[in-house]
Amino acid sequence: MGRRGKRRGDGMTPRALLEWVGAKGRAFVVAAPLAWLTLFFLLPFVVLAKISLSESAIARPPYLPIWEWAEGVLNVSLNFGNYLFLAEDPLYLMAYLGSLKIAAAATVITLLIGYPMAYVIARAPQHRRNILLMLVVLPFWTSFLLRVYAWIGILKGNGVINNVLMSMGVIDEPLVLLQTDFAVYLGIVYSYLPFMILPLYATLVKLDEALLEASADLGARPFVTFLNVTLPLSVPGIIAGSLLVFIPAVGEFVIPALLGGPDTLMIGSVLWNEFFSNRDWPVASAVAIVMLVVLVMPIAILQRTQSGKEEAN
Amino acid sequence: MRRSFSLRMTAFLGFVFLYAPILSLIIFSFNASKLVTVWGGFSTKWYAALLQDQQILDAAWVSLKVALMSATIATVIGTLASYALARFGRFPARMMLSGAVTAPLVMPEVIIGLSLLLLFVALESLVGWPAGRGVDTIVIAHATFGAAYATVVLGSRMGSLDRSIEEAAQDLGARPIRVFFDVTLPALAPALISAWLLVFTISLDDLVVASFVTGPGASTLPMVIFSKVRLGVSPEVNALATLIIVSISAVILVAAWQMQKSEAQSH
Amino acid sequence: MTEATSARALKPWEDPNAKPFLQIRNVTKKFGAFTAVNDVSLDIYQGELFCLLGGSGCGKSTLLRMLAGFEMPTSGQILIDGEDMSGVPPHKRDTNMMFQSYALFPHMSVEKNIAYGLKRDGVPRAEIATRVTEMLSLVQLDGLAARKPHQLSGGQRQRVALARSLIKRPKLLMLDEPLGALDKKLREETQRELIKIQETLGVTFVVVTHDQEEAMTLSSRLGVMTAGQIVQIGTPHDVYEYPNTRFVADFIGSVNIFEGKIAEDADDHVVIHSGDTDSDILVSHGISGVKGQSVAVALRPEKIAIERALPESLANRLAATVDDVSYMGNLSVFHVTLPTGKQVKVSQTNRRRSDDDAIRAGEAVQIGWDGAASVVVTA
Repeated sequence: MGRRGKRRGDGMTPRALLEWVGAKGRAFVVAAPLAWLTLFFLLPFVVLAKISLSESAIARPPYLPIWEWAEGVLNVSLNFGNYLFLAEDPLYLMAYLGSLKIAAAATVITLLIGYPMAYVIARAPQHRRNILLMLVVLPFWTSFLLRVYAWIGILKGNGVINNVLMSMGVIDEPLVLLQTDFAVYLGIVYSYLPFMILPLYATLVKLDEALLEASADLGARPFVTFLNVTLPLSVPGIIAGSLLVFIPAVGEFVIPALLGGPDTLMIGSVLWNEFFSNRDWPVASAVAIVMLVVLVMPIAILQRTQSGKEEAN
Repeated sequence: MRRSFSLRMTAFLGFVFLYAPILSLIIFSFNASKLVTVWGGFSTKWYAALLQDQQILDAAWVSLKVALMSATIATVIGTLASYALARFGRFPARMMLSGAVTAPLVMPEVIIGLSLLLLFVALESLVGWPAGRGVDTIVIAHATFGAAYATVVLGSRMGSLDRSIEEAAQDLGARPIRVFFDVTLPALAPALISAWLLVFTISLDDLVVASFVTGPGASTLPMVIFSKVRLGVSPEVNALATLIIVSISAVILVAAWQMQKSEAQSH
Repeated sequence: MTEATSARALKPWEDPNAKPFLQIRNVTKKFGAFTAVNDVSLDIYQGELFCLLGGSGCGKSTLLRMLAGFEMPTSGQILIDGEDMSGVPPHKRDTNMMFQSYALFPHMSVEKNIAYGLKRDGVPRAEIATRVTEMLSLVQLDGLAARKPHQLSGGQRQRVALARSLIKRPKLLMLDEPLGALDKKLREETQRELIKIQETLGVTFVVVTHDQEEAMTLSSRLGVMTAGQIVQIGTPHDVYEYPNTRFVADFIGSVNIFEGKIAEDADDHVVIHSGDTDSDILVSHGISGVKGQSVAVALRPEKIAIERALPESLANRLAATVDDVSYMGNLSVFHVTLPTGKQVKVSQTNRRRSDDDAIRAGEAVQIGWDGAASVVVTA
């Protein structure tokens, strides 16, 4: 009884006050990150939407305000012209479709390469598993930009591939590999492969080996077991991995900029050029808003699979 | 067994695919020829040239500053956010917080970069801050999406943490804040290091977001590299890439090895 | 505190003037729509070793966590030493808890783990050192002070957890499945040690366990919980010999239940008419019930005699056929069937190493029991 008595005596702090401080501490833990993210992540989208409705101008910043307060009159001018412009010029539609096509195809290829890799890692003995996983993750930690750059040296006219093939006499003239859609696919698959392997590995490693043994015991050949047991159970990993590749690939800029050619139309590059070359901020904003609308569904699906996973844990 | 062999072969080729470009990058950084991909003998002259290149050195310094600051800020925000999400159960704005920390992970960089730039411009004309753009604004941008990565790394660790050790500390008389510093933080240490390192390397690597939110004074290393390689391959960039890749890999491997050691001890 | 003055011997719960040390008054805890603890009232006295016994999900751990302050009751009151605990967080309670997982701080040595509570109270260093040394020798861990938890065996970790939770000399110590992670041999040894330590220090223990044998061995009294409620409180002897419900009779130990109705109700005996037996069952003590009321007769297997022929003086005798005999080493369990089809379990101590004349499966036998051997339960 001495301890409690002493604490009450010297502190002179009523319990209510202590609780208030405790509650404040909790509130701070929530409020600090929330405030930061609201200001620097959520609010920017509001501004983005606003600018997409303003008119481009030669000024600093290069757009006109959407409302003006003059002589007691509030003038709001919402300019939907940027969106109409996107709809009228086929360039933009082609760029959106091109991005979706390239991202989707690259996602499928990544899945086809990533799945066997994830499977082998998940079935490897424990000590080797960590090493293999590290080998997958390591390139992801090192520079993305430099890894894309590495492909230039491999693909270009007098690059590694052409040099090897020509010295072996397979070809007489260098192949055109760089600045093609092929190079863009390669770049995306290469850069995003770890994003595919990790979620696939996470679901495959949790797969109870006894299920496979049970299936084999009941007479299924390994491939049948794979189709009936492994594949269905790894669907969450397939979905998560595919979306983690697809979503950023749609908005990709660096890969088409470095590896793509003049015919490679991707919306990330279009946005970049609107902003940096044409200095048309409102049109760039409209491009971004439309891209968000296109991506909102896949992002929502990804969020749901992730939060479902959290609840299952 | 045959099937297993072909499967392993596929995986092996996958790893070759992952590492061959990096390897060629490193090999050709020691190429004496200026043609980069045509071997002209062993040389380290491009490393020497690198040290003379003031533009690259300046950019490296900017990038390092940005990465140090943004990794630290992002880790603090990520710690608070993941702690709130893992420990407070249901609270107002929970949905908003969890959405705001996961969305940046998949948001295309061009959108993050553009929208943040527009915010900075709008804020400047509205409240006069941030006055101009440069290192500060890049740090804010990197800390923001870095916080999302930090939250994911810390959250998964926080989730696997045995809550009863925190309760035990509280039961033995530690106030919640004390519990956090005595028990939670030490248990999180490996995850804190991973989170910090992850944000650090992402920041060091970012081209797109930084290009949008930077100002005239501040060019980061990826921005300089990008402008150089757009003109074609350059042996100097190969040397720089080798240095970056080797040093980052070394740090990551040492960190992973240390972590595995401490993991083995705690079990 | 010696054996003679311990709560076990003094039985304060039988003294109407004794003041309970821990009072739980109509405590209910809800998690959303789920009621984990439902209107529980319970008094525990100074120096008791009280066990909360129940299956998983019965609410025993939630009740314990409310005593420690990790959960707050939805309604009701908890008083420790007369003080209302509402709104008092765990770190401000003079109670301590030993966790099921032990919850040792992995980054601290044994010594630091044990000293942690005293440090939080600002106890002088020298005193901490002495008390930690004392505590280490009490739990027989001398010499292991510098080890980290991962360098200890399961039994040693358990002792560190115990030492850590006792060092603040709590008025009340809560133990959540304290022996659950130990193997059977070690568990039996540790049970006796735990009682010894508890009686040496005179600390009131509240133990949560799902293991009925453990509860029987450890406790001065125990409370049987199911579905968020305490269904019976009593000494191990009371609860085993006088279960108040079918559930308790069945949950603790093994039991045969004969369903029936009261056919004859006298002050000193009752007769139960049961469809499970050919003849009525005689119970040689009065019960609180009325004629015609549905009741159940609970009868422990070891209280039933089994012979080829039983003396006629035995109050209850039934013909039966042996289905099979399970040899358990110390005893044999006979599964027999009555002519009504009712199956009954009978156990017998194996006094001899071998018995050529032993009853075998398929034999026709008689089973029987004394009028005082059974208990009538109404619920």
